[in-house]
Amino acid sequence: MLLAAVLFVHPLGKPPRTEMDDYFILNGQAQTGCNNIVTSVVFDYRGMDTFGEATILFAAVAGIFMVLGEKNEKGQ
Amino acid sequence: MKRDNEASGIVKNVACILAIPITVFGLYVILHGHLTPGGGFVGGAVMATLIALFLVSFRKDMIKGGMKKSFSLSETLGLLAFISLAFLGISATFFHNFLANTDLFFGTIVPFGSNPGYLGTGGTAPLMNIAIGLEVFSGLSLIVLLMAYYKPGGEGND
Repeated sequence: MLLAAVLFVHPLGKPPRTEMDDYFILNGQAQTGCNNIVTSVVFDYRGMDTFGEATILFAAVAGIFMVLGEKNEKGQ
Repeated sequence: MKRDNEASGIVKNVACILAIPITVFGLYVILHGHLTPGGGFVGGAVMATLIALFLVSFRKDMIKGGMKKSFSLSETLGLLAFISLAFLGISATFFHNFLANTDLFFGTIVPFGSNPGYLGTGGTAPLMNIAIGLEVFSGLSLIVLLMAYYKPGGEGND
């Protein structure tokens, strides 16, 4: 099974479908006005993903604040 | 205790000298996130290293003052600005870029192809970059500060 997987792995750098990549590369600059395609994807087309990242960071900081933040009177 | 030792004068001076380039580079990466590689996350992390550096060199001075409060406030403000910018485009979809190509604030129409890069383009993307940069900067600084202030055991917490 593993051998078959190694034999039939598709070549690196050649994704099987390229429609979405081509769409972003061709229309990203015109639609969002960002020269940086990565920014136009991260903050516009896939903004929900960035929102999740920011929320995860916020939750991490809140958790660290909860564990280490306030004085613990009992000495923990 | 060992943690009360002050850093030497060399460390303090170099920290003061490095503060300016670190701040400028972090702000550049945040503000030019829609033109050059980088963005809010990266720039915020760069600027948080400034807090870490100052914490190493000026520990006694950094302990005073309500830095924790202000950092948690600015982190919350950054996240709220991000979410409200996302909600402002709700007439089309969530995260709709309502400012791009409108000739309004940050809405200069960008010429297609290679261009020198104009700062006033990108619609909501640069504003979101600023919001995310503020959030990441405050969040990482808060983590560093909390870990530096933490004293195990209950004896004389500050």
